[in-house]
Amino acid sequence: MKNEGTTPERRTFLKTAGAAVAAGFPGIISAQTVTNAIRVGMVGCGGRGSGAASQALAADDYAELTAAGDIDQGQIDQCLSSLKRISKTAGRVKVEADSQYVGLDAFQKVIDSKVDVVILATPPGFRPQHLAAAIGAGKHVFCEKPAGTDAPGVRSVLASTALAEQKNLSLMSGFCWRYNNMIQDTVQQVDSGAIGRVVAYYATYYTSPVKPIPPASTRPAGMSDVEWQIRNWYNFVWLCGDSLVEQAVHSADKIAWVMHDEPPVSCVAVGGRTIPAEGGNIYDHFEVNYIYPNGVRAFLANRQIVNCYNENSDYILGTDGTCTIGRGPQPRIEGKTNWTFSGQQYNMYQREHDVLFAAIRKNTPVNNGKRLATSTMLAIMGRMAAYTGQQVTWDQALNSQEKLVPDHVDWKGSLPVPPRAEPGVTKLG
Amino acid sequence: MALGAVLLAQTPRPGSYKVTIPNTTVSFEMVSIPAGEFQMAPGRKVRLDAFWMMAHEVTWDEYRLFMFATPGDKSVDAVSHPTRPYVEMSFGMGIEGFPAISMTQHAANKYAEWLSVKTGQFYRLPTEAEWEYACRAGTTDDPSELGDYAWYAANSGGKYQKVATKKPNPWGLFDMLGNVMEWTLDGYAPYQPGNETNPWVKGTGPYPHAVRGGSWNDAADKLTCAARVPSDPSWKQQDPQLPKSIWYMTDAQWLGFRLVRPSKVPTDAEKRRYWNNGVEHDEQ
Repeated sequence: MKNEGTTPERRTFLKTAGAAVAAGFPGIISAQTVTNAIRVGMVGCGGRGSGAASQALAADDYAELTAAGDIDQGQIDQCLSSLKRISKTAGRVKVEADSQYVGLDAFQKVIDSKVDVVILATPPGFRPQHLAAAIGAGKHVFCEKPAGTDAPGVRSVLASTALAEQKNLSLMSGFCWRYNNMIQDTVQQVDSGAIGRVVAYYATYYTSPVKPIPPASTRPAGMSDVEWQIRNWYNFVWLCGDSLVEQAVHSADKIAWVMHDEPPVSCVAVGGRTIPAEGGNIYDHFEVNYIYPNGVRAFLANRQIVNCYNENSDYILGTDGTCTIGRGPQPRIEGKTNWTFSGQQYNMYQREHDVLFAAIRKNTPVNNGKRLATSTMLAIMGRMAAYTGQQVTWDQALNSQEKLVPDHVDWKGSLPVPPRAEPGVTKLG
Repeated sequence: MALGAVLLAQTPRPGSYKVTIPNTTVSFEMVSIPAGEFQMAPGRKVRLDAFWMMAHEVTWDEYRLFMFATPGDKSVDAVSHPTRPYVEMSFGMGIEGFPAISMTQHAANKYAEWLSVKTGQFYRLPTEAEWEYACRAGTTDDPSELGDYAWYAANSGGKYQKVATKKPNPWGLFDMLGNVMEWTLDGYAPYQPGNETNPWVKGTGPYPHAVRGGSWNDAADKLTCAARVPSDPSWKQQDPQLPKSIWYMTDAQWLGFRLVRPSKVPTDAEKRRYWNNGVEHDEQ
């Protein structure tokens, strides 16, 4: 909020710059007609945050990275050195030592550092808070998926989305498949009736474990609960949302896309854990069965166990055929219509940033915060059904009061880990 | 015939043979390739020492032994191994008997090192000249009945196929053209004019390296013994992280490799040069 005085001015500045650009993407702005820098700050300097920063810099010839925040200076150092190895954009990595912020309050310092765009790429438990602060301060945002880990977080993201709209800010979600031209063409085929009426959707996300937690015995003496949990964030529900919400949410988002972002009525699910949790409290497998108002079913299965059958696919079953994504490199439709994607596939991660920065330049905001929130909720709803063993309606899920993320997180603080959920015992919050 | 006789006299030509990877039931065949020379480009005659070459592309059966190796085998623990991929790297196209794909040149080099330590014989990627020489197999033309020899866009059904299910070339090598493109050891650079012996253009950075043979995804005109393709950063564009993985080319689902074993065993220092080839990091 401190920057309210300067931010609108800067946005006007950018708008003027945008007027000089008639059309097309910033990458092809000719020569020196536009010199207004777009200042980018990043919150979360891990592999994905670093990747997003590289795409931001590549999206606009005058984007510069000016601030970075993380819980670990080493991670900031590694991020910046990786970015500086990309020769085309290395000169626009301008994060001086006094613009590197370490700690749980780093997000606020990045936001307050006179940036125009904020990249949010921390563990997702923090996302609603970070997004609210960034939008509140008048920043454009690239917000990684998922949007949060609990329903109060999702509602907060919906509120931030509405505020961004009021403030004419761009909010780009990290649900990257929506910007993949191959999947866009495929969904368009399905939408235009190539498989008839959709009757069911089966999505798989069977992978190896993601960021498995080291044995609890390796925890350094004196390390607080909070630090241990954040450093191993994938293994704690409040931080990661569980594998269904953190990883398989990409499949949930594709289901939502084909269902035109209409929510399901309800779902039931199974899930559990078979491998040692080492003090974490996430499951290693889920299967969710959603039912939509028109009777259409969607099944979403994920597993993160080694030496098992792996697959990441989508099977969309229609009255006149089947659409398959992920069994083989190109999506295809078989049935009354036969179709295979045969074009060139563009880089979806780069495309997200190209669209975001073009929107900023032209002052025509892009805001996909709503589906960022609802696709996240779709996965959270499945987790709720698996954890409780109950049928869960969309309204129950979205209005849930269960708050997983503490109001105040103290880096040195103790934070007991709630027991892993037990179907039939765990209650819907 | 006369040339062959001379070559036999100079370099005893060992036969082809089969290797079973120790402590597994997985095996592969090595085909003996005679020393000789060929016209690699106009004005460029290349002479090569004898070597053995894998009869077929490295399969998942072989590569996964390395990819998913569990610690404990002290002989090979020192060789760096791929990080465990989150996603399924055959993309549903099949595993048993199918070619391994989507690995970086670094990964292919480390597989060669791993296999060398495992078997006690020296393996490496073929140089571009060795690859082309083996592909031509003493002929000057590419096969006219391509469909008998190769899986390519017109007959592959949009995916790779089991190795060695088409006819081999005259030297007994399968799928030199088509199925999956194959890594070579060379950086991608204009050819040096003039004649050379055992040429190798050592790469200076991760891109571009020379890839050969065309794939299941290519039209017939890309499947020639002479066609060269430069590796490109876009081959791992779906990797969302930075730094990007040094092990996987997520988007190159048509890219594999096979290895050679030179008849002259290099020194340990030379071996290290072959296995560490400027691709140990990913800069763009």
